[in-house]
Amino acid sequence: MKDFAFHRPASVKDAVALLRAHSSGKVLAGGQSLLPVLKLELAEPSDLVSLGQLKELRDIRVDGGKLAIGALATHDQVHHSAEVKKAIPALAHLAGGIGDAQVRNRGTIGGSVAHADPAADYPAALVGLGATVITDRRSIAADDFFTGLFTTALAADELVTAVQFPVPKRAAYAKFAHRASKYALVGVFVAETAGGVRVAVTGAGPKVFRLAAYEAALGKKLAPASLDGIAVSSADLNGDAEASAEYRAHLIGVMARRAIQALA
Amino acid sequence: MTTQGIGAAVRRKEDRRFLLGKGNYVDDITLSNQSYAVFVRSMYAHAKITKIDTKAAKAAPGVLAVFTGDDVAADGLGTLPCGWLVKSKDGSNMVEPPHPALAQGKVRHVGDPVAMVIATSKAAARAAAGLVDVGYDVLPAIGLVNDAVKPGAPAVHDEAPNNLCYDWHIGDPAAVDAAFAKAAHVVDLDLTNNRLAPNAIEPRAAIGDYDVANDHYTLYTTSQNPHVIRLLMGAFTLHVPEHKLRVVAPDVGGGFGSKIFHYAEELMVTWASRKLGRPVKWTAERSESFLSDAHGRDHVTSAKLALDAGGKILGLRVRTLANLGAYLSTFGSSVPTYLYATLLSGPYDMPAIYAEVKAAFTNTVPVDAYRGAGRPEAAYVLERIMDKAARQIGMDRVEIRRKNLIRVDQFPYQTQVALQYDTGNYQATLDLALEQIDYPNYDKRKAASAAKGKLRGFGISTYIEACGIAPSAIAGALGARAGLYEAATVRVNPTGSVTVFTGTHSHGQGHETTFAQLVAEKLGMPVDNVDAAAVGGSAVVKALDKVIDKGKKIAAHLLEASAGDIEFKDGNYRVVGTDRAKAFGEIAFTAYVPHNYPIETLEPGLEESAYYDPKNFTFPGGCHLVEVEVDPDTGVVDVVDVAIADDVGTIINPMIVDGQAHGGLAQGIGQALYEEVRYDAAGQLTNGSYMDYCMPRAADLPNFKVGNHVTPCTHNPIGVKGVGECGAIGVPPAVINAVIDALTPLGVTDISMPATPEKVWRAIQAARTTTTTKKGG
Repeated sequence: MKDFAFHRPASVKDAVALLRAHSSGKVLAGGQSLLPVLKLELAEPSDLVSLGQLKELRDIRVDGGKLAIGALATHDQVHHSAEVKKAIPALAHLAGGIGDAQVRNRGTIGGSVAHADPAADYPAALVGLGATVITDRRSIAADDFFTGLFTTALAADELVTAVQFPVPKRAAYAKFAHRASKYALVGVFVAETAGGVRVAVTGAGPKVFRLAAYEAALGKKLAPASLDGIAVSSADLNGDAEASAEYRAHLIGVMARRAIQALA
Repeated sequence: MTTQGIGAAVRRKEDRRFLLGKGNYVDDITLSNQSYAVFVRSMYAHAKITKIDTKAAKAAPGVLAVFTGDDVAADGLGTLPCGWLVKSKDGSNMVEPPHPALAQGKVRHVGDPVAMVIATSKAAARAAAGLVDVGYDVLPAIGLVNDAVKPGAPAVHDEAPNNLCYDWHIGDPAAVDAAFAKAAHVVDLDLTNNRLAPNAIEPRAAIGDYDVANDHYTLYTTSQNPHVIRLLMGAFTLHVPEHKLRVVAPDVGGGFGSKIFHYAEELMVTWASRKLGRPVKWTAERSESFLSDAHGRDHVTSAKLALDAGGKILGLRVRTLANLGAYLSTFGSSVPTYLYATLLSGPYDMPAIYAEVKAAFTNTVPVDAYRGAGRPEAAYVLERIMDKAARQIGMDRVEIRRKNLIRVDQFPYQTQVALQYDTGNYQATLDLALEQIDYPNYDKRKAASAAKGKLRGFGISTYIEACGIAPSAIAGALGARAGLYEAATVRVNPTGSVTVFTGTHSHGQGHETTFAQLVAEKLGMPVDNVDAAAVGGSAVVKALDKVIDKGKKIAAHLLEASAGDIEFKDGNYRVVGTDRAKAFGEIAFTAYVPHNYPIETLEPGLEESAYYDPKNFTFPGGCHLVEVEVDPDTGVVDVVDVAIADDVGTIINPMIVDGQAHGGLAQGIGQALYEEVRYDAAGQLTNGSYMDYCMPRAADLPNFKVGNHVTPCTHNPIGVKGVGECGAIGVPPAVINAVIDALTPLGVTDISMPATPEKVWRAIQAARTTTTTKKGG
């Protein structure tokens, strides 16, 4: 790990100012992805801007039919939150399946979303539920937020402050975990929302994506059998030693059916 | 009377310090004026080194020195030796290319150390390591052992034509030919034993400390056997007499074999400490461990089994190609030969065996002993082919084993591959295992699984291992370059407590407890009065017998009787048939305060040493049973039940024996389902981190049912056989046999380790396609 300057701003405004002042600085939220990157020297930021002082970003509340989760809420906090369990149990379930207990105790939803790991679990929930990412300056629809491999619509000095989820009628997340890393080889989030059925897939491609063919079929009838005969192409999917693109395509079908059976 | 002797489930004495976080591992040690070493390692599998420019690194802040292969050569440091000479079929010696501590001219695997950077902090050393400018001329490389022996393959070493280290054999080819000529059934099986990384929880570390005033070296190292390291460093690599070299292995966090061997880093820190005049410390990072700890397994094997019409084995023929990696590791040569092929009779009465083993160099990390070391590979061949034979003949898998197991009345049993088994009862362990898993009700469980959409499979393995290696004379005749005896000293302190010194090192096995239990058993004292500093058990018992004998002479003097009339029982010396007695503590005190003492005929003090050279191997064995559920939609294999029955000989501490079984089973299941070191054809390691290399975790494993049926070993003083490796040997084939059994109704006949979800799913798809085609045709 290379040396860096360490900052602990007391407000979102100060944090943004620091990011503006240090163009090769990085935000430290829970650190569960950033610290390994630093240790392996895959990145060498000049400055780390820790959000540890910004306690107001840890709140979880339901307001006007929407669940708002502060960017610094940990995965464990989301997993055990009574509000989350009541409003969107699928989201509490998803958070409880991220990494391991140590990761869940430190990792944050804002950090996960901003990092945009293609195999992270949260992006499936954001896109699957049609969530909105709230930043220090604007709101970004989840569909527009994740732009590619580890890339988002965030500006370099922009800070995620919260994620706002519309409460669906029913939702579920089914994950097939990488056996070593416990990231999603394939994770499928299915939600019955006011705007129709949404299906989002993480882990399988370079970024989270929706499956239009599944959504159309499930819009007619929300049942596993509706997916019969709909092939998922492996053409744009990830393939590696743990799982080929073809196997991932197959798992999308299996996990989608399991999510539908688990809808709650 | 103590209740803490042999057979008592005494809690481990060493756990207090471990559970308090007060263990003392090499990385916990910080010496005054200590410096830090980082190794620059090759990123290429095979390359000529065209230049090493160390100027920028030497000028970097905090850097004390940068050494390369030229410095190692200039100082005449020896190359890392191999401890076992194997001879080829034609009588020629194995090829032993030099293994320099730092690469000289060429690198031969990713991770091969090229330079050593030493600085005042680890961060400074790391930063400077990045400044060492190494020029490489990349050469074609061999990542997979099958490619090593193909015509025209690139040469890993110029000294080794066709990349062969040796072409060795054992057994009687003519007898095997005759067996196959009369066979009613011939079963063929090709298989791979997957390559594993040892992954001890504590990465390797070493501190060299040269004392210029006394011209004396101390090495602190993460070693399973510091005495071997001292011998090899003294005689072969550092070239200093043993009285000038002390090797300390403090607490060691797991080894599984990987910390047996003499590694370059141990030599380098010790040598560099002399060059710098200050201590030099190195601690591996986990990614470095993947690239520098000796790996295990990596065999490719073809086997053929000949059986008569009734399923009785007539003969076995085995051809194995073993991967040795880029260099011969300390015991790398012995693993695929004397620790593998000699076990190919398994627990079976086999009238004819012939095995041929070719061992090849590749551009990969050296391969050496890893939990089981050769014996898991042998068990895997046998247990897979036994299952295949049962299916081919249409025999029950339990019955074919029952029919072929060596009977109790056949012991001692001479195998066709050199070993003589002293004792065992393989029928008893088979029956006990079947009882523990509730075999008669298996069909009900299978139906319950089916109702959930799962395919249930039952897997069996009846295995044997050879432990307590070995009579030195026999090992020497087979090529071992070191003795294999053990030594122990029992020091009785003046107030009667006991300190035990042994050469064996404990790195998870609980010797501090079990050796204390031996003292408790013999001297009748609680284990808290014993401090056991670490095949040591038998030497401890021999030394204890000497202590008891000397005590009898002292007691005879005090009790005014003849020594022949003194008995020692429950911690007291007594004149036989009287109530005249002296407690052990009084005798010990008298030995050190000899006011009333037979000083003319007996030396004061009560401390005895003994050496124990084994008379034979010991032969633990048993039966491992596994039930799995396969999810046909995803290919995921869930191990739902494991029941084992082992015969590990006399059990000193049943709780420790259970723990050793649990750990071995976890590693064995890891090999069967999760673990595999993957090299690509060009020799790049593609899964050298825990993000990709999958270790088994507690949540992946069911509760184990561990049973024991004891037949004491006949030729050592305690009757012990050994337990640490049983799980890793017995269970992998049981898991795979269970997976194949689950998939047999679908037409799947083979699956390789590790049985990953995609592999299982593909096997199911392929079988369904074949079945559909057949139906369609």
